[in-house]
Amino acid sequence: MKLEILRPGFATTVQDLGRPGHAALGVGRSGADDRGSFRLANRLVGNPAGAAALEVTLGGLVLRASALTTVAVTGADCPLVVGGRAFGLNSPITLHAGSELSLGLASAGLRCYVAVRGGIDVPPVLGSRATDTLGKLGPPPLAAGMLLPVGEDALGFPAVDLAPRAALPASPVLRVTPGPRRDWFTDPARLLSTVYTVSPDSDRVGIRLTGPPLERARHDELPSEPCVPGSLQVPPSGRPILFHADHPTTGGYPVIAVVDEDDLDVAAQLRPGQTLRFQA
Amino acid sequence: MTVRLLPCGRRAVLVESDDVLGYQAALAQAPPDGVVELVPAARTLLVRFDPAVTSSDRLGALLRQVSPVDSQVASAAEVVIPVVYDGEDLAEVASETGLSVEEVVARHSAGSYVSAFCGFAPGFAYLGGSDPALHVSRRSSPRTRIPAGSVAIAGEYSAVYPSASPGGWRLLGRTETPVWDVERDPPNLLPPGTRVRFRELP
Repeated sequence: MKLEILRPGFATTVQDLGRPGHAALGVGRSGADDRGSFRLANRLVGNPAGAAALEVTLGGLVLRASALTTVAVTGADCPLVVGGRAFGLNSPITLHAGSELSLGLASAGLRCYVAVRGGIDVPPVLGSRATDTLGKLGPPPLAAGMLLPVGEDALGFPAVDLAPRAALPASPVLRVTPGPRRDWFTDPARLLSTVYTVSPDSDRVGIRLTGPPLERARHDELPSEPCVPGSLQVPPSGRPILFHADHPTTGGYPVIAVVDEDDLDVAAQLRPGQTLRFQA
Repeated sequence: MTVRLLPCGRRAVLVESDDVLGYQAALAQAPPDGVVELVPAARTLLVRFDPAVTSSDRLGALLRQVSPVDSQVASAAEVVIPVVYDGEDLAEVASETGLSVEEVVARHSAGSYVSAFCGFAPGFAYLGGSDPALHVSRRSSPRTRIPAGSVAIAGEYSAVYPSASPGGWRLLGRTETPVWDVERDPPNLLPPGTRVRFRELP
């Protein structure tokens, strides 16, 4: 069983739950950006939670199944078409041999997850099949003509045939706790009173935010220190970068606050131009 | 020995210590309940924990009582890295430090280094212990591509680029020794604590 990639879309990678525990080697966790949507996609096709699936940015993916299988798409709100018929998100979809699944352009949210029953079976690197776009580990981003092997790593038949999900917030509020270098800023509380906008140069490494710059109280150079996902690192521009799935394991700019890991899935769906706030 | 605890989200504490590797070695010998990962860097150690098992307050109280141990005792054998010193920045480093190119090479290859931490890229080890005369700043504009195996310096550190990447360090030479290989277990030749020497190849 294989999936043939006819069109890769804007940016599509293979993801799973990543490679935790290797940060001391300079290897970040990586894995699905929106882990909740990723897990749900696997559950809907009866896979273990960590089976490898596709992460599709903004849609545009077209693939063909070589044999009868079940897929599910979760995450960003994206039109789905199989054999000329529209299908919905968050529900198992049967693909026959030769059927094509097309993802249109996402109208809300940024990232879709396409799980296939049995999981994508590319060779793991350091225990994970995830593409780390910063560390250049795992399979390369998808390209037209690629054939992805599908494994047999499925559990029982899917028990759920529809998983209702709340609409994505238009202007989310992300919860934060103080970061290690909060005291390096003249007015750190300003982080909480500013409405930030997502910059177009955001990616799996970090979500760049625009807004009034945060002013530094200390200007000495910070020796590189370890970072966690959700770190709000502030480079000399004063505009924070929210570290996401492929963030560097260490960073040389002060971290003013850390976004709760529970809120990173919401952050993963932020589109360029969307606004957001932080709340203590 | 002063230890300062800094907040770092709901699942980690950042420990500032004068002896990061020694502090890490002490924690590794007797890890407190709930600790899932230790990540060292230049002056800080990240202690990640499972919030279902412990809390930052409970863990913090334990972390304040930890005293660094001698990390050198626990460290592995010395790794010797043969280097051809023909880097693009040798002349620039020489003129900036007031040394001759030969002296830069002699001082760099005479040093005894310890891998302090990894970061920047998989397998990129920051090797501390270089001759203070060789402490130079990064290039003001980074190169877009530095080949794998490049031996370079910046600040108080030396490094071997594990894979081709952009970078702002000053290039002194190159080595054939692979410092990163995902097919190898462990993939990293220079994990934190490893002692390293550079040997000049003709």
